[in-house]
Formats: sequence, structure tokens, C-alpha cells
Amino acid sequence: MIRDIEAETMPREDLRALQLQRLQAVVERVYHLVPFYRRRLDEAKVKPEDIRTLDDLQRLPFTTKQDIRDNYPFGLFATPMDQIVRIHASSGTTGKPTPVAYTQRDLDNWSELMARTISCAGGHRGDIIHIGYGYGLFTGGLGFHYGAERLGAAVIPVSGGQTRRQIMLIQDFRPTVICCTPSFALYLAEVGQEMGVEFKDTSLKVGIFGAEPWSEAMRQEIESRLALDALDIYGLSEIMGPGVAVECIEAKKGLHFFEDHFLPEIIDPHTLEPLAPGEMGEMVITTLTKEAFPLLRYRTRDVTSFDYAPCICGRTIARMQRIRGRSDDMLIIRGVNVFPSQIESVLMETKGLAPHYQLIVDREGQLDTLEVAVEVDEAVFSDEVKGLQNLAKSIERQIKDYFTVSVKVRLVEPRSIPRSEGKAQRVIDKRKL
Amino acid sequence: MKVEQISVFLENKAGRLAEVTRVLGEGGINIRALSLADTTDFGILRLIVDKYDQARELLKEKGFTVGKTEVVAVEVPDRPGGLGLVLQILAQAGINVEYMYAFVQHSGKNAVIIFRFDNLDQAINLLQKEGIHIYKGEEVYRL
Repeated sequence: MIRDIEAETMPREDLRALQLQRLQAVVERVYHLVPFYRRRLDEAKVKPEDIRTLDDLQRLPFTTKQDIRDNYPFGLFATPMDQIVRIHASSGTTGKPTPVAYTQRDLDNWSELMARTISCAGGHRGDIIHIGYGYGLFTGGLGFHYGAERLGAAVIPVSGGQTRRQIMLIQDFRPTVICCTPSFALYLAEVGQEMGVEFKDTSLKVGIFGAEPWSEAMRQEIESRLALDALDIYGLSEIMGPGVAVECIEAKKGLHFFEDHFLPEIIDPHTLEPLAPGEMGEMVITTLTKEAFPLLRYRTRDVTSFDYAPCICGRTIARMQRIRGRSDDMLIIRGVNVFPSQIESVLMETKGLAPHYQLIVDREGQLDTLEVAVEVDEAVFSDEVKGLQNLAKSIERQIKDYFTVSVKVRLVEPRSIPRSEGKAQRVIDKRKL
Repeated sequence: MKVEQISVFLENKAGRLAEVTRVLGEGGINIRALSLADTTDFGILRLIVDKYDQARELLKEKGFTVGKTEVVAVEVPDRPGGLGLVLQILAQAGINVEYMYAFVQHSGKNAVIIFRFDNLDQAINLLQKEGIHIYKGEEVYRL
């Protein structure tokens, strides 16, 4: 169902006019309220009044995750703290999280967008929604929570973990909609099967899955094993959280991108030049309505393409294709963002460990696994088995403490990690996405 | 009284042990004793060789991770209860054996056992006091 007929089915010309008006307002705001942006715009010799058409967007500077990090913790907030009512954070790349903020109006918009999202995926007032995304600094749990309440659905705020208990709740509370990561959905199917649960006999009709990349093949599997319609949702905390784009249950063909609040572009990640509609490249997003944490041309590093043709569901807003990969080396392991450089910095904390390692990502059953191969050199070598086993265990513990993700450390001989052109190939991703 | 042992880190994959023996063989180095400790992922090869420094250089050149450990070579009577006697002496003194392995060759009528202790000097003093023969490094390399 289309919750906001006006916004979601607007003629594209009207939509572009609205986007331009909002873009002008956001550039004006950040120029006056965020010293970082004033500096950047001055450097680029752009004044807010220079933004006369949507094409002028390309004159604006990009914002990167590094920029947010450089202004840690609150340097990019555009409102004083007494206007801010919520702070979330995503996992950072240097041990520090990336904080984001919301005013009351931001939360209202987010709730509304999430209500649109759930509607688009086939949820209604009267549904019972099982939220299996984590609650806390992560935007997944609370984002869905507020949207489901706005929609008028009954929320079961389960959060992550305790798989068997979640299955019991699904059987007893009879939710009609479930939201979690796609890998957790498959894990539920597996554990449910062990417990003798027939998912076709449960009340579940719709699943809204995201926070990690997944494939069409995975959709088929989830749909057949959980006996529901599985929809892909996209979002990122820097932009807002979940609710940036979602598939419609009618077509399941691309994620409707809420263009009245977020302005997407596709660029070539090397030349930084914009690509033609339909071409695949790195997605860049400008927030159009955010008050506390507006971002200009934020480089998401997610690789996708856009289809601007109207959808059979009636929506005119553009459709983003499934995320195809990353334009940097970030890995998403069970919903947690992991950069190889972070693993490296953890390894370097062990005195004497060689800076040669390789990350092998795989999927065992339904869960992502991460193996870290570490070269053993003389500084850490021991002629006793327990010495080397303790070394491996201590690295595993440090990585777990840092990322909350369990890894297996495998000790390998020096120079056994293949190097191409003198540079080690750091990541082998064996998952079939 | 201490013997120098080479230890080599080996990944658990086919041909690694053969590679070590090939390198040493081509370098004219004779392996006097060896033991291999293995886990699911890796192994540790421990070697006593006739030319320690040369062996170490050759293996390092080939990119192996090579360690050096001091061990003790103990003469043990080659009869039932011979090893038990030595171990009992150590146990009573509370000395822990990290690992041990037997020498291939006999010394006269007796066996030679290589021991690694957490406290080498204490173990050597104790065994000598009990009249047990400990080999000098040069003797062992020449056995």
C-alpha cells in the first residue's frame, strides 16, 4: 500500500522542483551552521545562492566517513544540543563509533519514512511486527520500532539473539511481519526446523530484511523456508538509518528510494564524475530534510544503479538495485561493518606480529564466518603447541572485544599469504551474494 | 650441558615436512633426532642436527620461521623402568616436562632422551646429583 500518495507518486518534474527547493535550504543551513561545511564550500568557491538547478549539486564537495571521523564526536551536528533528542552511532573504523543525531522533527520524519517503508513492503495497521534487529546505538531496532508504531501496528521489540526464544514468540504471539537481517532469517529457519516448526503454519506473511547485502537466490531460499514474502530494505545511520529505500511487495524489483528526503547520485568512484542514469557506480546521498545531521553528497561506498521508470505499484520515485558491493574494502560480517584496516590495527597490538594477514569470509550454513590467517614469524614463534595456541586465542579474543564478532585465527607460515605486485591480497570473500 | 634444538613452524599442508628435510639434505646436514607436534592447523617440528648454525641459516633463507630452544639430552638405561626412574626424580622435585622425545641412535647400551623443562638449570642439577648422565651439546651432535 502507498502510505503517502503525494510524495511517492509525484510527477518527476514536481519531485525535482521539490528536491531543488530542499537542496537550496539544506546548503543554506549547513553553510551557516556547520563550520566544516562553510570551510568546504568556501574552498570550492560555492555560495548557497549558486545552487540554482539540481545540476549545481555537482559543484558541492563530497563528504566522507573520514570527514565525520575527523569531526568526532559532534562537530558536524547542525543544531545545538538542546534541540537534539536522540543520538545513534554506527561502528567506526578506528575503535571510535560514528555518532549521528536527530531533532524531534528528524525523528518524526524518520518514523514517517519507516511507516512508508513498512507499508511499501506490505505491512498494515493491525499487523503484529516482530522486530529482531538490535536495539541500542544501532539504528535498526529503534528505527523499525518507531515506524511500526507510527503505522499503527503492534510492536514486539524482541531485539537480537536468543534464537529459540524468538521462535517461541513467533509461535505464541503470532506476528504477521518480521524484521531482521537476512542471515538471521535463515538462521531462524534452520533452528526452527531443528525444533520441528513448520513455518507455513505460523502467522508470518512478510519479512523485511536488510543491514547486510544479500542476493536474489537468498530471497528464494528465505521465502520458501519461512513461507513469507521477503523484501529488501536499505539504509545507513549516517543518512538516517533504515527507511532510505525499500522494495514494494507488488514488484519486488528494486528498492523505492524516498527521493523527497534523500537525493541520490551515482558516481564513478575513481574519477568522481557522475554516471548516466542506469549505470552502476558508487551511490552518493545528500540529505534534503535532516536538521541535526545534514550531509552533502555523502559517499556511501555502496555500489548500485538506479532505474527511473515508474513501477507497477504506482510509485514514481526511483528504484535502487540491490547493493552489488563496495567501492572500498569494507566487509559486512553478520551485520557488523569490518574494515581490514581495523583487523590490522588489532593485530598490530600484539607485539612482534608480522603485518601480513588475510581475511577469509565464508558462510557456514546461514552465518557468516571470518577467518583471519596470520603469518607466524620468529618474534611470536614458540616451540610449544600451547604457546602458539594461546597466541591464536588471544588474537581471537582481542578481535571479538573490538568488533563483537567471533573469528577464527589460523596461524600460517611466513610468505604463505599470496602477494600480488608486492601488495598482499587482504580479503577473500567466498560468500555467494 | 644444554643442547641446541631447532624448531620450525609448519602449516598443516602436504609437502612442508618434505621441504624441510630436502633443504637440510641438500645442505649436507644430518638430522640426529626429531619430533613433530601437530594440531589441526599447524605443526611444530623440533630437530637436533649436527650443524646447528648452518641448518638454521638454510631454513631461514627458505623462508621458514625458525626458533631456537635449549633442551637437555639425558642418558636413560635401556631397560624396563629406565625412563620411569628419571621421570620419578623430576616429579618428586616438582619439575614439569614440557615435552620429550627419543633419540634415534643409542649411546652404547643406553637410550638418549631429549627433554624440555620449564626450568632447565634446576633439572640439570637435580639429575646430575642423582647420578644420571647428561650429554654435552658437542657429544649429542656427534652421536
